[in-house]
Amino acid sequence: MNCQIENAAGIKFGRYGGLFVPETLVQPLLELAEAYEQMKNSDEFHRELKNLLKNFAGRPTPLYYARNLSLELGRKIYLKREDLVHGGAHKLNNTLGQGLVAKRMGKTRLIAETGAGQHGVATAIVGANLGFETQIYMGEVDIERQKMNVYRMELMGAEVIPVRSGSRTLKDAINEAMRDWASTFEHTHYLLGTAAGAHPFPSMVRDFQSVIGDEARRQISEAEGRLPDSIVACVGGGSNAMGIFAPFLKDDVRLLAVEAGGRGPGKTDKIADNGASLGYGTDGVLHGALTKILQDPYGQILESYSVAAGLDYPGVGPELAYLAETGRVHPRMADDKTAIRGFRALSRLEGIIPALESAHAIGYAMSEPDALGELTIINVSGRGDKDLATVMDYENS
Amino acid sequence: MRILEAFSHSPLLIVYICSGDPSPKATPDLVRRLARAGADIIELGLPHSDPIADGPTIQAAAQRAIAAGMNTDVYFDVASVAGDAVPLVFMGYYNMVYARGLDRFAKDCKDSGISGMIVPDLPPEEASPLKDACVRHGVDLIFLAAPNTPPARLKMISEETSGFLYLVARKGVTGARSDVLQDTRDLIARVPEGVPKAVGFGISTPEQAADVIRAGADAAIVGSACVDLIAKGEIERLERLVKDMKEAIARAKGKAPIVC
Ligand SMILES: Cc1ncc(COP(=O)(O)O)c(C=O)c1O
Repeated sequence: MNCQIENAAGIKFGRYGGLFVPETLVQPLLELAEAYEQMKNSDEFHRELKNLLKNFAGRPTPLYYARNLSLELGRKIYLKREDLVHGGAHKLNNTLGQGLVAKRMGKTRLIAETGAGQHGVATAIVGANLGFETQIYMGEVDIERQKMNVYRMELMGAEVIPVRSGSRTLKDAINEAMRDWASTFEHTHYLLGTAAGAHPFPSMVRDFQSVIGDEARRQISEAEGRLPDSIVACVGGGSNAMGIFAPFLKDDVRLLAVEAGGRGPGKTDKIADNGASLGYGTDGVLHGALTKILQDPYGQILESYSVAAGLDYPGVGPELAYLAETGRVHPRMADDKTAIRGFRALSRLEGIIPALESAHAIGYAMSEPDALGELTIINVSGRGDKDLATVMDYENS
Repeated sequence: MRILEAFSHSPLLIVYICSGDPSPKATPDLVRRLARAGADIIELGLPHSDPIADGPTIQAAAQRAIAAGMNTDVYFDVASVAGDAVPLVFMGYYNMVYARGLDRFAKDCKDSGISGMIVPDLPPEEASPLKDACVRHGVDLIFLAAPNTPPARLKMISEETSGFLYLVARKGVTGARSDVLQDTRDLIARVPEGVPKAVGFGISTPEQAADVIRAGADAAIVGSACVDLIAKGEIERLERLVKDMKEAIARAKGKAPIVC
């Protein structure tokens, strides 16, 4: 394939995005972009994906009217139940899509990064189901705090490769996956787990996750006869947020993107005490895109922090950086405490244990109900089984 | 200009070291010793927290250098005192350049005696703002091409680069390897006439360096092998390696080595 960067559409979102990668990776990314463009127009591809989403992933997920939470907050709250997707999080929407793309490109091996382990699990599922050799890069620190997910991946035949460089968390796992891909791209697909990184990942991942917003739009219209006043979603790299926001961008709906406030804004030179790249970050290049990142004045990437491993990332997708700058999306924060409060409240009030990542969206909604309007959808991006040990430790510390 | 001039005396040996490893104080002396041993151009790496184009050897060097206090201000101080025996070239990731401001970075290069910049995660399509700054301050912006760069793109990169064209010897990241691939020879042969070509990534022995020169390169770039010796504190072996490489490439081009 002989494609040029100019030919690929949608590379930039305002000044954000792009393709800031070593030359060896330029061609594999352009080939992926071109292959994806072709598949977007293929009915057969969409039929196959739809079938897997329905019969394997369990879509559509319910849009559930949370009666008790609504009473508590004095407004109507609906929950988009991505926690019910096979694997326990929205991540499978994307891995199924990219898995099919990789299959059609003739790749035989998948690599992926994972932080919380949810994307690693979703990749392992697809690897097993669609028949790929699968290797997952995971920081040593994350392996320690997400042991169950490591075992789940291994059960499904994926190999988990510990990453010992840098801060030994998600960002370093992405670095390692990119290094791997630079020498294996001929037979390997890099299955990036969020709407961040170099083109075409931000738009491709958003598209595959847009099934969340498409369903929610239909469901809320049926249930309420109108669109919601607001939608709340947590933001790590931005895939569940962009997925539910994208179909509403042209509507009069307040889009609230909740980042990890962690322990607060206080940062030393080396460590950001949060994962709030939109809130506290500045323009810079990380993992192939110009976006908002947490960095020191010299441009060294800071170690982020959040009680939720899936939000513990010092960057954010370029489209969210752009939408935040134009004012279409409102970046907000929930700190660890607020998230834990959301985690407990949803468990107690509705009998739904959310992922700690999703608990940031819930905690935020509970602490700022006036920002929501009368009718709100909260994206429950995943379920919380993986987080029980973390929450127990948190309560005891 | 200094870089092009150097290439008029090819074959050249280009040596990469990570500035600040093992300490910022040690770097200027290392630069001088490498120049005396036969390095024609020295690539001075600015360590980054997230070096995605580098293998374990240079990653570790970057971590040591950052821990030893290297940052962009110190980097330019070090470059200024390293002397001008041979041309210096900046090598570092785009975010470090972006964070300082493109114009300021290019000016600091010029003012501290750095003749060119290599930014491995900045393809030409994203580079025009930095290119403008480099032109303003008379600094060469050196682009990279790889074995999987298709013909039309290779032509474009060859036209955009200034100083020389950096040919990535193989897919993947930096780090010592034991052979030179046919892919690399093909890439060297594919570059349009008249563009100075330096080959790097994976070259660690005099034989490999000689091999790429015989295949038509104007310069061989050695990085991880030198960084590894610096990590072990074996500076005399480092000087020996550089001398041997210099001799090997001179022989490969059928020239007597000029060692001073
Ligand atoms: C349940 C859940 N929600 C959210 C996220 C954050 O990712 P994103 O911002 O891409 O949705 C993760 C990441 O691991 C996750 O596991």
